[in-house]
Amino acid sequence: MYRPEVMKRIAWNRDVFTFSRIVCALTIGFLLLPLLVLAAYSFNDSRTMSWTGFSTKWYEKLFSGSPDLWRAFRNSIVIAIGSGAVATAIGTLGAIGAARYRFRLRGYVQTIGFLPMILPEIIIGVSLSMFFAGIGLKLGLFTIFLAHVSFNLPFVFLLVSARMEEFDYSIVEAAYDLGANEIQTLTLVVLPTIMPGILSGFLTAVTLSLEDFVITFFVSGPGSTTLPLYIYSMIRYGVSPVINALSVLMIAGTALLAIPLRKFLKDFAVH
Amino acid sequence: MSFGDFKALDDVSLRINKGEFFSLLGPSGCGKTTLLRIIAGFENPDEGLVNIDGIDVLPLEPNKRGVNTVFQSYALFPHLSVFENVAFPLRLRKTAPKAIRAKVGEYLELVQLVDHARKKPSQLSGGQKQRVAIARALINEPSVLLLDEPLSALDAKLRQHMLIELDSIHDKIGITFIYVTHDQQEALSVSDRIAVMNGGKVLQCDSPYEIYENPATEFVARFIGETNLFDASVESVGGGRASLSVPGLGKVLVETAKGPAPGGTAIFTIRPEKIHIDHERPDGGRSDLNVFEGVVEEPIYSGFQSKFFVRCGDATLKVFKQHASYQEEGPDIAWKDRVFVSWSSDDGYIVGPGSDA
Ligand SMILES: Nc1ncnc2c1ncn2[C@@H]1O[C@H](COP(=O)(O)OP(=O)(O)O)[C@@H](O)[C@H]1O
Ligand SMILES: [Mg+2]
Repeated sequence: MYRPEVMKRIAWNRDVFTFSRIVCALTIGFLLLPLLVLAAYSFNDSRTMSWTGFSTKWYEKLFSGSPDLWRAFRNSIVIAIGSGAVATAIGTLGAIGAARYRFRLRGYVQTIGFLPMILPEIIIGVSLSMFFAGIGLKLGLFTIFLAHVSFNLPFVFLLVSARMEEFDYSIVEAAYDLGANEIQTLTLVVLPTIMPGILSGFLTAVTLSLEDFVITFFVSGPGSTTLPLYIYSMIRYGVSPVINALSVLMIAGTALLAIPLRKFLKDFAVH
Repeated sequence: MSFGDFKALDDVSLRINKGEFFSLLGPSGCGKTTLLRIIAGFENPDEGLVNIDGIDVLPLEPNKRGVNTVFQSYALFPHLSVFENVAFPLRLRKTAPKAIRAKVGEYLELVQLVDHARKKPSQLSGGQKQRVAIARALINEPSVLLLDEPLSALDAKLRQHMLIELDSIHDKIGITFIYVTHDQQEALSVSDRIAVMNGGKVLQCDSPYEIYENPATEFVARFIGETNLFDASVESVGGGRASLSVPGLGKVLVETAKGPAPGGTAIFTIRPEKIHIDHERPDGGRSDLNVFEGVVEEPIYSGFQSKFFVRCGDATLKVFKQHASYQEEGPDIAWKDRVFVSWSSDDGYIVGPGSDA
């Protein structure tokens, strides 16, 4: 039976479908195109924007002739993993505590905890640098580390708290009931159950720390350059294709890490 | 046991026998879970004693009491397989892997989950999760197993099935089960004894038969099964029998051992299935028969039985009639029919003094 209104709806749906596909393609294009350009120019023989031939010399230069870059890279990695781990540990325990115990001022603690997430980075940067100067702490890797722990904490807290929301407290009682002590309950039951939240908290923290420029800029001192600071300082003398080469390697590395991680998190989330 | 000013349990005293299937039955909020949590060790009572096998367990930690709990929400560890959930208590005690495999296998067999040992809890149905929780709670070989509304999350069919399974597990391992439920049908069908609770108090603690046939209070009579309840005044007492006057209905004979005081008030109850309903007046020769004439107001057909609301004078009686094939049923009883309802004086009972006594 021919029913015009149904046919019209189907046609309309197809239009919407086409439209959403176009938007999707455009979005992906805008996101990926610059990366492709970047990747292409990392193999360009010349350092200008005109293509003069294929070459891997920027990669060679990256690995053999850029000691400062690698020092900055190492600083970034150390600070990212270190501050990520510390923020994850404190944020996780805080989230467990806030979900478990109903203490006075609990609401305030949660709200104040989120402040660093909403405040403009530049304000955090300025206030931290004033604070460190005030207590007489010399700016350097350690102050960067402290700053990164503090701006990462709320993210970990938030992600683990979300996990705690759906946490069934009776499994803790079940663990006690079956003979586990407090430590065993924490390590064998609570932590594994909220592990996906902890992991995503840690990864978020590492990522945010790796890419942070503004706050780091205010709390870094001589000899404590991180990768973003280093790249910024290089750009003042024109973009070196060495940075392109480094970026390509980092994108490749992230992609390689992300695929197994996604699968792992998905397995974990089945529940 | 109080939460702040609120008394959740008040003067509860129970003696539960070894190996018994004991039920705590009562409406939601009456304190069943609280009582169970006191026995398990998750709550501390303000006063009182909990004795298990002659030992005062109140000073003991939950896991030192020889008691394990099957939680209402199952409380399975989501990151562990069925096998590892059941093995959890053994791993804590550093049991040898070989012994663990043997024992977990044995208990998975008991709950018929051997084929599902490798699955995660998320891959199980409600009934299967329930059985994992039972196996896990039993593997420490407790002397008492506590079950807090273990079937309430299952659908009706499965609930029946699991109930039978629980009963057979109880028969096999022979330990004490303390079973919490708000479902009187569940409690009646599997328990050795039932404690009926309301408002933090135990109203009656007896066998299912006694609870149903001989309720101690109006609440018990109302909560267990369906019944007809009337306020009555006591006219005369003698020979183990009382004569009551039920306003709107008339004179009712009831056998009673306790013997209420003549002139006082009483609450009288008669179960709907104990009432006989017929078009003919029943044999008038019996002096112990209560007979009333009435009109059928609302017949409700429900398969194996019919329910009738019969108006006798100013009172309405609920009557259940079973449909059986082997007996002459006579013509069907229909709406507006004139009928006789009757019951023997030893089928009704007095559940307490009237409200103004
Ligand atoms: N932790 C608690 N704090 C305050 N009140 C509680 C707490 N636990 C239970 N109650 C109250 O005690 C009463 C009995 O609760 P519970 O034992 O859970 O009832 P049941 O299991 O019979 O439904 C309820 O009125 C409940 O609101
Ligand atoms: Mg309860």
